[in-house]
Amino acid sequence: MADPQIKWRKIKNDLFKGLVVFLSLLATLPLLLILFYILRQGFSSINWSFLTNLPKPVGESGGGISNAIVGTLIIVGTAAVMAIPLGVLAGIYLNEQRNSKVARYCDLAIDVLQGIPSIVIGIIIYEWVVRTMGGFSAFSGSAALALMMLPFIAKTTQETLKLVPNHLKEASLALGVPYYKTVLKVIVPAGLSGILSGAILGIARVIGETAPLLFTAFGNPFMSTELSKPMSSLPLVIFNYATSPYEDWHQLAWGASLILILIVLTLNMITKFIESRWKIQF
Amino acid sequence: MNETLKLTDANWSKAISRKEKGFTITLWLVAISVIILVMAAFLTLLVQSIPSIKANGFSFIYGRMWNPITGEFGALPFLAGTLLTSFLALLIATPFSIAVALFLGEYYKKGMMSQLLKNMIDLLAAIPSVIYGFWGLFVLIPIVRKLQIALDIPPYGVGIFSASVILSIMIMPYAISLSRQVIQMMPSDLKEAAYALGATRFEVIRKVIFPHVLSGLFAGILLALGRALGETMAVTMLVGNTNALPDSIFAPGNTMASVIANEFTEATGAVYSAALVEIGLLLFVVVAIINLVGKRIIKHLAYT
Repeated sequence: MADPQIKWRKIKNDLFKGLVVFLSLLATLPLLLILFYILRQGFSSINWSFLTNLPKPVGESGGGISNAIVGTLIIVGTAAVMAIPLGVLAGIYLNEQRNSKVARYCDLAIDVLQGIPSIVIGIIIYEWVVRTMGGFSAFSGSAALALMMLPFIAKTTQETLKLVPNHLKEASLALGVPYYKTVLKVIVPAGLSGILSGAILGIARVIGETAPLLFTAFGNPFMSTELSKPMSSLPLVIFNYATSPYEDWHQLAWGASLILILIVLTLNMITKFIESRWKIQF
Repeated sequence: MNETLKLTDANWSKAISRKEKGFTITLWLVAISVIILVMAAFLTLLVQSIPSIKANGFSFIYGRMWNPITGEFGALPFLAGTLLTSFLALLIATPFSIAVALFLGEYYKKGMMSQLLKNMIDLLAAIPSVIYGFWGLFVLIPIVRKLQIALDIPPYGVGIFSASVILSIMIMPYAISLSRQVIQMMPSDLKEAAYALGATRFEVIRKVIFPHVLSGLFAGILLALGRALGETMAVTMLVGNTNALPDSIFAPGNTMASVIANEFTEATGAVYSAALVEIGLLLFVVVAIINLVGKRIIKHLAYT
């Protein structure tokens, strides 16, 4: 122990461990600050009329964001209806035909799609949907979000099905069950929990997306449930109100942020629950 | 009797094979349509930016002036803004990411603390971008402004630096999740051999783990960079949206994604909107290359 070199090595070791722990704790600080600030600001602005009223002009108190809540549900729901079946089917294909050329290119395409910045997705859908439909619409917003969900769902489906052991498939085929029934009734149900939690996580990922909605769903100060018209949504409301100069609107934006965060956290919690409850185990 | 049985048998197997075919064809069609979707997305961007490519040529990339009224479209300020914010964010995020990855992958692999930390980092990825921007606007900006007053520089608050700080928080989870995996995958016999030679944990980390996982860490940082380049909302709210080349890291600037977000709906004239689409095209290509290289490195790691 008296050897100074050994002592120095031990000190360095302890110092490094201290540094790692310190930096790790420091890394969680922003999260705590953000959650704390939103909870504090958001709670004071949430009440019944906030959830049920429409936004009011600046200066009038008591405005709400009911149109944004309804809009978010419609836009994201429509996106999920478009993206989940396609994503799951693509995932099944990637798992089943994993050595085919098409699967290799499809895998590549999904990787590229996953990386496309959300604002660029907005441009693409603007050119495809908004131009052909002749105006901003909730449907185009859904299409943009669906395009963002698709690769995520395909990937999680593929990863989940990869874990389903091959002998299940072989046993089913050996019993004379046709291939398509084997896939639909044996392989997919075995991985259902993973596919389900992937779909929910996909929804949680896009529900807070603002950039792809800026020039698709566009926003709407009134209640609208028509897919062909511009529609409001929580992230758009947060963006518009947060960047406005009015104090009342900032309060509304804090409330909307709290609701959005609560939705996202709940969805994340549900997936954690599904994963722990019905984990694939063989 | 026997004949009818055979007949129904044949019908039955025919029906099966028809469904079988329908099933495989449906799967194949979906896979093909995903490929077509991505190619069409790229082609759409390319075709829509042709007016700008024709009008501006290469001066689009090195031109310093972005003036839609006079028809000058030089995207250099945005390219510089995107690169500056992204690399500054990486610079800030990397030490934290490696520390958390070591914490989760080496020091505390199990236990409540590591589970808690892991969940918190996951939450960081779940918070929507617009909320980061909102929080930054009301909490981070005043702090940065105080810092700028203390440093005796113009107290804009918004600017490259503020955007980078928020970005670094947002991309951390992406760098961490991969780095943690590669550190955990590290074969323990190598570590044990080093311990047996009397190495301290720090020496094992520095001389055994780091060289072994370096390419994995690099891939993680690369994927985080891909995220940072395309990040829009939070950056748009904090970067200051000034269409000029930033002269310091505290100066307001603009990034590729945020100029699209700000100006796309107002763009009048074919060249103007095409110029914005061209910025989108550049983003698409750069991010796609970065992601594919990152994924390639990961795949390579998985096989060795």
